[in-house]
Amino acid sequence: MERPLTQNIKADGTYCTIDEYRRNGGYEAARKAVQEMESQQITQTVKDANLLGRGGAGFNTGMKWSFVNISNPNEQRYVIANGDEMEPGTFKDRLLLEGDPHQLIEGMIIAAKALKASQGFIFVRWAYKKAHQTIQKALDEAYQAGFLGKNIFGSNFSFDLHLHTSVGRYICGEETALINSLEGKRANPRAKPPFPQISGLFGKPTIVNNVETYCNIPHIIKNGPVWYKALSRSSEGGTKLYGVSGRVKNPGLWELPLGVTVRELLFDYAGGMQEGYKFRGLLPGGASTDFLVEEHLDTPMDFASVAKAGSRLGTGTMIVLDDQTCPVAFVHNLIRFFANESCGWCTPCREGLPWVEKILEKIERGEGTEKDIDILRFHTKYLAPGNTFCALAPGAMEPLQSALKYFIDDFNRHIHEKKCPWKK
Amino acid sequence: MITIYIDGKPYQVEEGENLLRTCIKLGIDIPYFCYHPALGSVGACRLCAVKRYRDANDKNGRIVMSCMEPVSDGMMVSVNDEEVKNFRAAIIESLMTNHPHDCPICDEGGECHLQDMVVKTGHTYRRFEFKKRTFKNQYLGPYIHHEMNRCIQCYRCVRFYTDYAGGKDFGVTGAHNKLYFGRFEDGPFESIFSGNLVEVCPTGVFTDKTLRSHYTRKWDLTHAPSICNQCSAGCNIIFGERYGQVRRVLNRYNEAVNGFFICDRGRFNYEYINNKDTRITQSYVLGNPADSATVLNTLRNVIATNKVAAIGSSNSSVEANYLLQQLVGKENFYADVVAEDWEVLKTIKSILESNTVKVLSIKDIEKAEGVIVLGEDIYQTSPRLALAIRQSIRNKPLRKAQKINLPAWHANAVKTFIGHDRGPLFVAHTEANWLDEISEKTFRKNTSEIEQFAQAIVDHLEGKTLPQDTAQEVKYIIDALTDCRSVAIVSGTCLKSKKIVELSAKIASLLQSRNIESGIYYVVPKSNSMGMAILAEQSMDKLFGSSTPENIILLEPDLVFTDAIKSMLASCKNIIVLHHSRTAITEMANILVATGTIAESEGTLINAEGRMQRYFSVMPPQENVVAAWKWLSSLLGNNTFDEILIKISSDIPLLRRITEVAPDASYRVNGMKIPRQTPRFSGRTSMLAHKNVHEPKPVDDKNSPLSFSMEGTQKNSELGLMSFYLMPGWHSVQATNKLLRELDQVLNARSAGIRIWNS
Repeated sequence: MERPLTQNIKADGTYCTIDEYRRNGGYEAARKAVQEMESQQITQTVKDANLLGRGGAGFNTGMKWSFVNISNPNEQRYVIANGDEMEPGTFKDRLLLEGDPHQLIEGMIIAAKALKASQGFIFVRWAYKKAHQTIQKALDEAYQAGFLGKNIFGSNFSFDLHLHTSVGRYICGEETALINSLEGKRANPRAKPPFPQISGLFGKPTIVNNVETYCNIPHIIKNGPVWYKALSRSSEGGTKLYGVSGRVKNPGLWELPLGVTVRELLFDYAGGMQEGYKFRGLLPGGASTDFLVEEHLDTPMDFASVAKAGSRLGTGTMIVLDDQTCPVAFVHNLIRFFANESCGWCTPCREGLPWVEKILEKIERGEGTEKDIDILRFHTKYLAPGNTFCALAPGAMEPLQSALKYFIDDFNRHIHEKKCPWKK
Repeated sequence: MITIYIDGKPYQVEEGENLLRTCIKLGIDIPYFCYHPALGSVGACRLCAVKRYRDANDKNGRIVMSCMEPVSDGMMVSVNDEEVKNFRAAIIESLMTNHPHDCPICDEGGECHLQDMVVKTGHTYRRFEFKKRTFKNQYLGPYIHHEMNRCIQCYRCVRFYTDYAGGKDFGVTGAHNKLYFGRFEDGPFESIFSGNLVEVCPTGVFTDKTLRSHYTRKWDLTHAPSICNQCSAGCNIIFGERYGQVRRVLNRYNEAVNGFFICDRGRFNYEYINNKDTRITQSYVLGNPADSATVLNTLRNVIATNKVAAIGSSNSSVEANYLLQQLVGKENFYADVVAEDWEVLKTIKSILESNTVKVLSIKDIEKAEGVIVLGEDIYQTSPRLALAIRQSIRNKPLRKAQKINLPAWHANAVKTFIGHDRGPLFVAHTEANWLDEISEKTFRKNTSEIEQFAQAIVDHLEGKTLPQDTAQEVKYIIDALTDCRSVAIVSGTCLKSKKIVELSAKIASLLQSRNIESGIYYVVPKSNSMGMAILAEQSMDKLFGSSTPENIILLEPDLVFTDAIKSMLASCKNIIVLHHSRTAITEMANILVATGTIAESEGTLINAEGRMQRYFSVMPPQENVVAAWKWLSSLLGNNTFDEILIKISSDIPLLRRITEVAPDASYRVNGMKIPRQTPRFSGRTSMLAHKNVHEPKPVDDKNSPLSFSMEGTQKNSELGLMSFYLMPGWHSVQATNKLLRELDQVLNARSAGIRIWNS
């Protein structure tokens, strides 16, 4: 099985230096893109590979790039890597940032060439201190080697890449809030349209992609879309970093073909549930996705199939709920996070999430009523996509609405027993 | 025009607007918070939600925010769909989870946009049962009271204060449901436009501290339309009065002048009207209190000597000045300025009169793509104009935004897209000033250097060769302006330079001849300086020295008390001063005549651009106080206000249309006068019950179509006579927005005032 994304990751936790990276054929794709390929050709190749955005939305990356008008040579354009990974339960980009920074840099050089962008930023979560260091080292190495800066690979293409360490708000993972934050403004999302491809960083055309997305680019350029698509078990191209956390025997992160089933991940890779714990459900792609349960175990973990099962692939890093954890407390914990991370821009999210949080806390305390369940259900519709300014609150409602579907008996037990049945 | 369908009904509407504003103009109520016509749309509050349908077959539709939707041909929306109505009620329910519901003790109560919206959306039953979040308030200076707990986070305050008015000491901090709108620490607001927060805030977070210090509910205030007399801009305002005291000042919408905003000087500088220590409440003759008969007789005797000179007032009405002039004769009437100012003022007047260059309004300047300021500190001398210039720098970059289909109302997207890009603004002045930081280039020069600089611009435009360094400087400016669709040259009397004034007009006409839409605006010293320039024929320094008059009359003097004036007065036999407040000059008077302030009289002021605007009294003056024009009229045959207007109109060609500025006193709607009090005015019978239990008859206002009462028509469509904004369901100043439809139709009619010169 080919594992292009993680082939250079070392077990000892040290990062893959530029020499090691180049020994494995690193920067050849960037050289090819810069020296031999036209911008449109790069974009078309990425589009053909059907690489879907790995940040969670699953939009075709090449398609996204093609919306940028690159006809004006004097216009400033930007590429940005979103490494703000703050989705609870998600730790895939961290591995790539800490283990193989040059892969990301190479991907961004190719993207910059495709978009005729002369400036780039790697936006990294505040808590990823080790990643800050490895990225900075790798940037220095790349500058020294002439892969960044003026006239890359002796061409007339120049590209500067900068590290930006975020100050740590979940909303910075939303691309327009990230851009605002990068500009030094409040991290509030922006209204779309205009999309960042038209008016992004400092009002200039900008592409924001997830770290993992960029890491796929060098391999697509080097080996072509046909090879790339063949890596996958589904029509969506490539491999994917999958993670499992929760009370499983072997929690961790694996690079696997897109479309492995939930069951394979859970039992073959994560080793199944720990002794004494039973499986109850899981959030397939981070905290802001709907629960999947027993009946969904054979769902392939690709964007289309998980959507069909009523959830989202999201970041592809699942959180497993076991029978000894209270689902109400589980959801409450997540909602508390989301309520705190609301930027405060739009009314439903700002005021709705704290209300939901308070009700869940009340139910967990054993003081809930049936009316409270109605209010919770009301919010799952009230905070729907389109009603709010961005996707934060609708995402927060996903675990809640599915919990109310699959674990409603547990909610009712809290209400009728007037206590949390899991509390001793 | 395009067709859109709202709840199945077709409407012809203008393209390019957003749906919310379009609906408001059509008279279709959609509740909203964060939208503001001057600040645009940001989509934060989510209250203006409507249903949008793909086509006629789409039965489900989806919820969209009407403020963020550009209207498009064939667009189908529903305002009254059940789902979207429930959604709007849910938004209110959300906002009310933390709102303290302290309406009974809230200054905003009764004119609160939040109250209106709660009622409108139908949210009544409270389901939220947890503790509310609370904040500590800040001391924000003497004018604005802060009550953060009431905040509904619409962001309008910070968008006005920082984005629109360029303030730097106020903003939003915190996140999630603990957002704080305030300063970084306690302290007075730095911006001269801070008072607008009172009107911009849809609830009671920012309230008027001056009103608070003598609080009255809105419905218990008597209001009247007035004009601000603090500078020459002529902003339209509303005075609010109770028990003979002015309690507050509100902005009165006039699209051509002040729009939605006024400055703090205009809003808060009214306490002199109420000041018992300085108000003159009694006339005196030779130090003795005198009744009006005595005063008039004494004055008649003095005038009969034929040895009387008079100094008018640039802060008093056209009518009072005119009557004074009639009284003493043209040759004995003097402007309250000295020669060097008079010459500049006369020059400005003759330029405006010459019809060789377009005279701009503040609105025109707000729309200009390029601005040159020559020798005037606008922020100090005409703050509202400075605010307009601040908006103008967006216009040129906005053109680029249009290219990517970004409409101007899409506020935050436009702000991002424009970034630091700004249209050309050049400021040449002797001192650092507020506009420097947003100008493309600032020129710090002394007066004669500014004259040379202006001359150089003229020379360059006329194709003359200039010295190397000047040529570069000037070429840079002209190149930047050449690309503009419209350019405003703004100057004024500040530096007392006739040359700068003349060259400004020359620059404008030379740019015009290059097919760049150009015009001028001159800031003049006072609220009726232009009226004085039209009426008077000489300046008061002619009275200094040898030609000291025997008797002198001063109309409401607001003069710098120079030695020259002092010694001139000292040698007069009789000093007759008509005034409302004590000053050093009134102390010298041997005949002191008590007059009403602007709040107690009616009149016409002519602003810097030559716009005649009418103000009305908000209250009758106290017993022994009489409006200046009435004192003077009593000496001249007791004409009514309207009769005086007719005389002025036939006497002074430039003021021919003064009778059209507002409807005359006989104007009625369905036989009724227009009330100064809202229909909800309460307690009239009890107001003076401690003196007399019989309800007094309201004073009959013979000089205007307004009544000192709540009785009268509720159907007033004359904006110039609008005492308050009140529409069914809209009790706050937001009712102004409900007037948008009417405003669009009647604008440039007399509601905006009458321009003397070209417009």
